[in-house]
Amino acid sequence: MAKVPVQFRLNGSDRAAFADPADNLLTVLRRGLNDFGPKYGCGQGTCGTCSVLVDGELRLACLTLAASCEGASIETVSGMADGPNLHPLQQAFMEHFAAQCGFCTPGMLTAAKALLARNPNPSRDEIIDGIAGNICRCTGYEPIIAAIESVARGAAAGQRR
Amino acid sequence: MPLALRVAQSLSEAAGILAADSRTTLLSGGTLVMRDVNEGRLIEGTLLRVTDPAWRQIQVSGTRIELGAGATMAAILAHRELAFLHPAARAVGGPAIRNMATIGGNLFAETPYGDFAVALLALDAQVMVLAGYGSPRAVPIEEFLAGRARGEARLVASVQFNRPVAPGDFRFLKVSRVKPKGLSVLTIATHLPGSTSRIGQARVAYGAMAPLPVRARGVERALEGKALDAGGIAAARAAALEGTQPATDAIASDWYRREVLPVHLGRLLAGQS
Ligand SMILES: Cc1cc2nc3c(=O)[nH]c(=O)nc-3n(C[C@H](O)[C@H](O)[C@H](O)COP(=O)(O)OP(=O)(O)OC[C@H]3O[C@@H](n4cnc5c(N)ncnc54)[C@H](O)[C@@H]3O)c2cc1C
Repeated sequence: MAKVPVQFRLNGSDRAAFADPADNLLTVLRRGLNDFGPKYGCGQGTCGTCSVLVDGELRLACLTLAASCEGASIETVSGMADGPNLHPLQQAFMEHFAAQCGFCTPGMLTAAKALLARNPNPSRDEIIDGIAGNICRCTGYEPIIAAIESVARGAAAGQRR
Repeated sequence: MPLALRVAQSLSEAAGILAADSRTTLLSGGTLVMRDVNEGRLIEGTLLRVTDPAWRQIQVSGTRIELGAGATMAAILAHRELAFLHPAARAVGGPAIRNMATIGGNLFAETPYGDFAVALLALDAQVMVLAGYGSPRAVPIEEFLAGRARGEARLVASVQFNRPVAPGDFRFLKVSRVKPKGLSVLTIATHLPGSTSRIGQARVAYGAMAPLPVRARGVERALEGKALDAGGIAAARAAALEGTQPATDAIASDWYRREVLPVHLGRLLAGQS
């Protein structure tokens, strides 16, 4: 079966790759475009570490057909920092020890970014729901929730000032 | 020969392709199809995508509601007029899954999945199916699910149903072990017109209590003409297990499902869940 060309914007740059017709987006990102930020965890949509944003929407790259992303804008964890300046969520994850082995971190950060874009001042329950599709086997989730909460409360305080 | 990919611009084109080639698999949100691809269960044939915008449309006109089969759970959650369906849409996976999972795919999801289909069963939905080129035909959802069990593959274009008259007439409960997201121990949807006085045309549906989402006909009979008071609820609880045939899986044993069903049904009817 002939490969199909796929073109999309990846973290703000135009990128193109050849993919097998049934390739998932994660395969194209990692093998085709060397973006190793999103991880391959379960390949079943259960663990969430492959989470990316497609046109601003949280998706699981392992369950997204790459060919369906033609012309889309894709954001991965690799594009979160602004040069040497970490994204506030990345900074908060460091400060709250929200990453231990780090395998879930790309997905957690991406899910948190999607949540705060949709709901800048989420309640604790809304934060828990926002990362409900992401599994962490190290932290017990509390440091991750605290990190996201600190960014949300900081941004809300900044807005009030 | 690895998997090929085709794109249909319209629903009738998609229905025609599916009718002509049994080795073509429709890809909707892909949350189940891509799993099969990733795990090597689906390695041959053709994946079919549909780009027809009508497929994702949600139409609310007066009391009639039509959900395009390609509409996602997130699209339902974004629709204020569909607030009564939000608990059912929110019951499907986490936020990323809800952005992808569609109504059509949910009608085909194997137990213990198919939570939204349980809600549609309690709403007496009509499933609009296209069995080839032509216009869609309305199939009552129960008949549709029985056809699915026999392996009938037909394109679902949309589902249609009437809005419950009072918001409290429709209730939904998914019981899972992991919060806030987990597989269903059991799922219950009830549509009880007249629930504030005398119930008429009661509809109660279960998920994960049989190989397919099923109507709880014993409970429906027990509630007919009754009020949702202690007597009505006790009669419903007593009839809760009629027609159930739950499985033992990684989530719960069949015994456990039977034990807890009347308890959860009672709480849902009493407005305590
Ligand atoms: C991590 C994870 C968690 C999940 N949690 C839940 C849950 O809590 N509750 C739940 O109910 N489900 C759950 N699911 C299952 C699934 O995501 C949903 O059931 C979803 O609604 C399926 O829709 P889809 O669009 O992704 O289906 P697809 O994967 O695109 O399709 C599934 C099947 O339906 C067929 N199909 C799809 N649409 C049509 C149509 N319009 N006409 C004819 N055939 C069609 C496809 O050909 C395929 O055979 C989960 C899945 C994952 C991966």
